[in-house]
Amino acid sequence: MATDTMTNQHVAAHDGHDDHEHHDMTGTKMYAFWVYLMSDLIIFGSLFATYGVLHNGTAGGPGGKDIFELDFVLVETFLLLFSSFTYGLAVLAMHKDKVKQVIGWLLVTFACGAGFVGMEIYEFHHLIVEGLGPDRSAFLSSFFALVGTHGLHVSFGLLWMAIMLIQLSTKGLTDMTRPRIMCLSLFWHFLDIVWICVFTFVYLMGAL
Amino acid sequence: MSHSHDHDSHSHGSTKSYIIGLILSILLTIIPFGMVMKGGFDETFVVIAIAILAVFQVLIQLILFMHLNLKTQEGRDSGSFVFFTAVILVLVIGGTLWIMYHLNINLM
Repeated sequence: MATDTMTNQHVAAHDGHDDHEHHDMTGTKMYAFWVYLMSDLIIFGSLFATYGVLHNGTAGGPGGKDIFELDFVLVETFLLLFSSFTYGLAVLAMHKDKVKQVIGWLLVTFACGAGFVGMEIYEFHHLIVEGLGPDRSAFLSSFFALVGTHGLHVSFGLLWMAIMLIQLSTKGLTDMTRPRIMCLSLFWHFLDIVWICVFTFVYLMGAL
Repeated sequence: MSHSHDHDSHSHGSTKSYIIGLILSILLTIIPFGMVMKGGFDETFVVIAIAILAVFQVLIQLILFMHLNLKTQEGRDSGSFVFFTAVILVLVIGGTLWIMYHLNINLM
């Protein structure tokens, strides 16, 4: 009996505030996504701590000074920064209900992100071919773990973005696709923020 | 309705705020890279300077791109959660480096 009343009340409340409910759902989803992002940040924090402890353990091999090419990293940084900006423009276009613009900006973002991942794969391949893979020293193990984890995140972000491009062209902007685009925007900006720490504390301080 | 509109324009930013964010981020990227690539500065000074510039760039992107705010909306604010995570990170990273550094000295 009590349960029945409660259910009825819930249904009534739900019907009465249908408009509000959608808005609330997006807010709840984005808040939950913040919680996920912060737990992800703890992973990156642990990897940074590991790198901080091991970065001098070169086992007689090369250190950061010998293997980091800063102009290469600068191009990677600008690709990721610019993709973060174009994703912002996609979100602005979404709030103006312009699907074509959203898809256009997402494509630009995807291209920049793919360029970033491509450059990182090239860098890793180059190092491994020269015998400087993660098995060479503690320094390189922690370097590959940290930068590789970030690269994997960007790759999964690209996969998510590809799926959103498909959903946008088939479903358009709906109550289902909008929160997903908002969450992906948080994810994408978050990865740019992690990269700021990577280029500062790994590449720049390593190359000093 | 007007409240909802206000809330929207506040939390999603504008083209202007994104462009400001982009320009500031480009500056805060070029300066540290320039300092390290050009060389000639005192090493301790460069380390402190690029660390501070990185913190600024992170804050700019959090505020202008991710629209982090400390105002509570509907009883939830991501700001306090981010702050809590920052405290945990300081404990984890700072604690790790502190302990391992001293272990290193004591075992040498």
